[in-house]
Formats: sequence, structure tokens, C-alpha cells
Amino acid sequence: MVYILTHYWSELIQGLGYTLLSSVIALVFSTVIGTMFAIFEVLPNHAMRIIGRIYIEIFRNIPLLVIAMFFYVIIPMYVAKIDGFTAGTIGLTIYTSSFIAETVRAGIQSVDNGQMEGARSNGLTYWQAMRYIVLPQAFKIVIPPLGNQFINLVKNSSVLAFVAGFDLMYQGNSIASLSLDTINSYVVVGLFYLVITLPLSYYMQHLEKRLAN
Amino acid sequence: MQNFIEAYSWVNMRFLLEGLWVTVEVSIISIIASFIIGSILGVLRYVKIKYLSRVVGFVVDIVRNLPLILIIFFTYFGLPHLGFKPGIIFAAVLAMTIFESAMLAEIIRSGILAVDYGQMEGARANGMSYVQALWHIVFPQAIKKTIPTIVSQFISLIKDTSLATIIVLPELLNHAQIIYGQNSAYIIPMFVMIAVMYFIICYALSVLSRVLDKKLA
Repeated sequence: MVYILTHYWSELIQGLGYTLLSSVIALVFSTVIGTMFAIFEVLPNHAMRIIGRIYIEIFRNIPLLVIAMFFYVIIPMYVAKIDGFTAGTIGLTIYTSSFIAETVRAGIQSVDNGQMEGARSNGLTYWQAMRYIVLPQAFKIVIPPLGNQFINLVKNSSVLAFVAGFDLMYQGNSIASLSLDTINSYVVVGLFYLVITLPLSYYMQHLEKRLAN
Repeated sequence: MQNFIEAYSWVNMRFLLEGLWVTVEVSIISIIASFIIGSILGVLRYVKIKYLSRVVGFVVDIVRNLPLILIIFFTYFGLPHLGFKPGIIFAAVLAMTIFESAMLAEIIRSGILAVDYGQMEGARANGMSYVQALWHIVFPQAIKKTIPTIVSQFISLIKDTSLATIIVLPELLNHAQIIYGQNSAYIIPMFVMIAVMYFIICYALSVLSRVLDKKLA
């Protein structure tokens, strides 16, 4: 194990960097896209609600790997040359955005309707009320689930290994085949993942408990 | 359009359905095994037996926070170095079961915690032993409360079986790759078809869970 750590330290750190980079990019974009579709779903407009519903249901019910492979295989063939990292991160973003949309929608709907009515009767437009009154309250509620989504993102970013995304899992595989020490390579990679996910998940549990009281 | 018609020839569709069958098979075995093991682990973590519950909790937390792909690699490429060589299907089922048991253990434990403690006290006051009260009174209510979460976990299990293509498990995605590997014109038709197949299964399950939730509530 020490041998793997010392000999392949730079590869491991590079992999960790790509994993974190991809997770953070995907988190930012999927929160934006997810919030957008969540708002679609609570709009009074019937057509928008259906669009939101379709987007969420489609990408929630298709495996992440299928979405990532789709972008990795199809986009370079017909649209533009993109590398595995980009394709994988786009796949991650779209997949995660559907889960975030579902979470944020639940958050918006748990905000009492009187908040919207009160804001409207005080002269705010629908969008102003949404932006300044409802969404801030909704986000307070969905912070712990969003944190859990980030943990899932870090774990799910390992699909980058399938599309040559140079993430931690990809590096782990190449280290395993270079060093021929499969067990220790995977244990080391596992430890690297745990260093990110375990503290986060304990912190989220703590946060959930604190917000529950 | 021609591509689609050719891609969905009888031979290709049969090959895809064979892959779908492996996906379903692996999913069902893993769902049953992980539900049983997850329930046991969840209860063990809840009942607070000295040391044992701590150890179970620690192991569950570790497995939950690892990527499933890593566990699949470990069972297929790692275990043979420890002197145990599982076949492809067994390695896939084993990895899915280990990962999903840990996820379910946590869900079921939180379900048990959500059951009012008065239920346990009432059952004890009526002469049931602790284990009886847990098994007959608390556990069924915990499952009832967590059915939507448990089913959505099963849905992600079904989706996650696609990760086992990396150890060449002959499931749906793997068979689709084999077909479009022969003719690149089939790429889009194949992706559309497997997306539809996964969608139908997973969406049906999520509708089922909503119905179950309404019926039991």
C-alpha cells in the first residue's frame, strides 16, 4: 500500500483533482438546470409543467452510464470533438439535474402557499415573489439533500473511468494494471474516495439533525 | 429512418432482449439478497449491541461512501488475488448486493428510528419480548414508512447494473455496444432502444411505489 502511495502519488492526486473538478462543475450546472426545471414544475402554466415533468422522469429513469456513453459516442461523431472528461461531465450534469429538480420542487412545494399569496398581495410580481420569497426558503430546506447529491456526484463521477476521463477510478485502474497489485491499488483508491465522501456524509447527518431541531 | 428499421431487426432485438433478461436476473437476485442483508444490518445497527452495532455502522458507512464501480472492480479483479475467483455474474451480483445492502441498511434504520417509541413500549408492556416487539410491531411499520425510499433504491440498483458492462457482464448496455460495434449507423437507434427499455422498467417501478405508498398510508 505504501509502495502504491509513494510510487503513484502524482497520478492519484491528478485523478483526485479531475474527480473533484468534474463533481464541482456538475454540481454547479445541475443545481442551475435542476432549479429551472423545478420552477417549471410549479408554474401555473400547464405546458411548462409537462415539459418539466418529462425532463425529470426521462433522466431519472435512465442509467447515468447510458447518458454518459451517449455523449461520449454521439457528440464527437455528429457535433463537435469533445474529450471523455467533457462528455462524462455533461452526462453527470444532466443525470444529477433531474434528481436536484425533484428535490428543489419538493422544497418549493413545502414552502407554505401563504408566502406566495402574501408576497403577491404586497405588490410583487410572480417572478419577484419566486425569486425573493419562495426560493430562499425552499433552498434552506433542501440544503441537506443537496449535500447528499454532492456525495452521490463524487461517487458517480467514477463513470468518467468508462469514457477515459482521467478521474480517480481511471487512474486506479491503470495503477492496478501497471503495479499488478490489484488489491492494494483499489484499497488506496477507495481511501481517496472516502477522504472526500465520509467527512461530507457525517457533516450532512449533523446538519440534518441540527435543522430538524 | 432506414437505419432504425435495419437496427431493430429481429436478430438484434432478440440479442438486446437476452441482455435485458440478464439485467433483470441480476437485479432481482441482488434486490432480494440486499433487502434481507440490509434489513439485518439496519436492525443490528439500531439495537445497539455493544461493539457489534458500532462495527456494523462503521462498515455500512464505508461501503455507502464508495463508488459502486470500485466495488465491482474489487469483487471481479481483486478477489481472485485473495484466492477466491467468482464468475462474472456472481461477481456482479456480489458487488451489487454489498453496495445496496449498505444503502438499504441506512434507509431501514432511519425508518425504525421514525417509528414512535411508544409502539415499542406498548408492545413490551403487553408482554412481548424485545425481539418479538421489534419483529412484529416496529419492523413492519418501519418498512411501511420507507417503501418509497426503498423502491427508489431498487430503481437505482437496476440502473446501476449497467456499470457491470466494465467486467463484460452480458447485460443490456453490453449487448447494445456489441451491436453498434458492428455497424456505426446503429449507434443512435441502439441508444434510443436501451434508453426506452431502462425507462419502461424504472418508470413502471416508480409508479408502483407511488401506488403502494398511497395504499399503505
